[in-house]
Amino acid sequence: MTSSKKGYYGVYGGQFIPELLVPAVTAVADEFEAAKNDPTFKTALKNLFDEYANRPSLLYHAKNMSTKLGGAQIYFKREDLNHTGAHKINNVLGQALLAKRMGKTRLIAETGAGQHGVATATAAALMGMEAEIFMGKEDTDRQALNVYRMELLGAKVHPVTTGTQVLKDAVNATFQDWTKRVDDTYYVLGSAVGPYPFPEMVKYFQSVISEEARSQFLEQTGRLPDVVIAAVGGGSNAIGAFAKFIDDPEVDLVGVEAAGKGIDTNQTAATMARGSEGIFHGMKSQFLQSPDGQIDPVYSISAGLDYPGIGPEHAYLKDIKRAQYVPITDDEAVAAFEYIARTEGIIAAIESAHAVAYAMKLAPTMSSDQQIMVNLSGRGDKDVAAIARYKGVNIHE
Amino acid sequence: MTVEKIENVLKNGKGFIGFTVAGDPNFSKSVDYVVSLAESGADVVEIGIAFSDPSADGDTIMKADLRALNAGSTTERVFEMVGKIRERTQVPLVFLTYVNPVFKYGFDRFLAKMQSLNVEGIIMPDMPLEEQAEFVTLAEKYERSFIQLVTLKSGNRIPKLMSRASGFVYVVSSLGITGARKKLTTESRAIIEKIRTLTDLPIAIGFGISTPKQVAQFDYADAVIVGSAIVSEIEAHPYDAEHYLENMVQAMKAAR
Repeated sequence: MTSSKKGYYGVYGGQFIPELLVPAVTAVADEFEAAKNDPTFKTALKNLFDEYANRPSLLYHAKNMSTKLGGAQIYFKREDLNHTGAHKINNVLGQALLAKRMGKTRLIAETGAGQHGVATATAAALMGMEAEIFMGKEDTDRQALNVYRMELLGAKVHPVTTGTQVLKDAVNATFQDWTKRVDDTYYVLGSAVGPYPFPEMVKYFQSVISEEARSQFLEQTGRLPDVVIAAVGGGSNAIGAFAKFIDDPEVDLVGVEAAGKGIDTNQTAATMARGSEGIFHGMKSQFLQSPDGQIDPVYSISAGLDYPGIGPEHAYLKDIKRAQYVPITDDEAVAAFEYIARTEGIIAAIESAHAVAYAMKLAPTMSSDQQIMVNLSGRGDKDVAAIARYKGVNIHE
Repeated sequence: MTVEKIENVLKNGKGFIGFTVAGDPNFSKSVDYVVSLAESGADVVEIGIAFSDPSADGDTIMKADLRALNAGSTTERVFEMVGKIRERTQVPLVFLTYVNPVFKYGFDRFLAKMQSLNVEGIIMPDMPLEEQAEFVTLAEKYERSFIQLVTLKSGNRIPKLMSRASGFVYVVSSLGITGARKKLTTESRAIIEKIRTLTDLPIAIGFGISTPKQVAQFDYADAVIVGSAIVSEIEAHPYDAEHYLENMVQAMKAAR
């Protein structure tokens, strides 16, 4: 998996940022290189993972679901059981620790569904730093509970009213804030996207998912999974779930993107199915865009997956055919959301439900001695109201 | 008439560069506005090619980009518009846009088009030194200028930036994004003095400059760049901004 130039994965990646931010981003890259070779940093992070974030997360054999579907054995990697309820905390603790090491006092972050914002607000509270979170206005409406959660944690939430008012606009606004106040501020980018070193750094911190899962599989089942399935928006939980399996060719890697109302409609966020090569948000990757290079508005029921691009390493893994990417619609995701609630007693995030939905299609085509890992990236409490709305149920919020 | 080199028109140290977004509020008015900027005394006109997500721009220009996109802006239409501008004025022109529209059009094809329309230079705020190699080599082939941006944070990057600079040097006056500011500092003075030791190219300063008084403050630069203030006039008077633009440019030029 080597590539010609630092920060590149095949033709993808790079550092397409304004000159104003280059010194700040370079400083982050240098500090990251130093930190990951520093035993003190690694021990501090490990302690935070184990004593604060509730790691390692469980690898759970979903027996009811496996039996009912009548095919492969399904295992959930329970990132939903982490403190703050999603995989996002892994990356945030790593980056917040890095920011602290750099002497920064203020964390800023974008958020889609709100999970990354909550995780950033949490880390800031823990480490005594300021936090300001940028969230598309549309997302602050559909994830109002998470907005209040961030405020409880002491963060300031800025609803972003420019553009399409969702995740990509929140990323724009956070980068803009960074250019205004670069000296004391650190941008905790939440997904495996953006300029180098962010895709690599986010992967490094999220790799704990597959590092644990790999040994848990060996310990619990005596062998590796046949397939690893994870939802992809920007791709942070997926790259973390894939990382330590990339060099195991017998393990199939599947990223599940949000098809929204279908990949043949304009109401979709399926970048791999419908996108083309472009340069945006600091990276060369695949994007949903017009032939002229204008970034498309995207749609998904999931505020965490409706992003018009994808991390550069995912684009590369697809190009070299190491991973495949499949679309799942809103309807399929909601059906999976309900299915695992009733079958396994787990309310999973609507993002993760996209991965579950694909596992439900795939498992029956496999034999009962094969095994699938689904990365259950987050818990679904935040989605309950939205699912009720989708189903036309009035729950008197 | 021929189009003069930017390097020459900004020689006297009293230059003024005006910016407008192509297609704001529509393509025919936009041609008129570029012509009126030129005729009122702008030494160079910067033409923005609208982008859906202009990350270096503040609210004013972001809204202008949206108006242009709603008016049907495409890269091809901007080129057609420049063709019409060239029938009426030989003012030196530069494009300002983001890397993605240029990448999608094709770097080589885009630069060839610039050459045929006699657009001297291009500014792309999201293509830093680290990612310029391919584009700058092609720009040299087509004899187009790649305008380097220098910021208050560029520090020891300045010599390398200058070794790649052509046309003019664009100094970013302050931190943050484009848009009017009440107060501007003169921190840029030291940066400009440093740049002068490294290049003979003219040095222009921009970002946040919106009044004649602020223009006067930057007498140590060879040119000032005014964008958002012009765009605001067009926003306020979409179909009859000529007169307002003329007054503004004349007042700004007088302050140089």
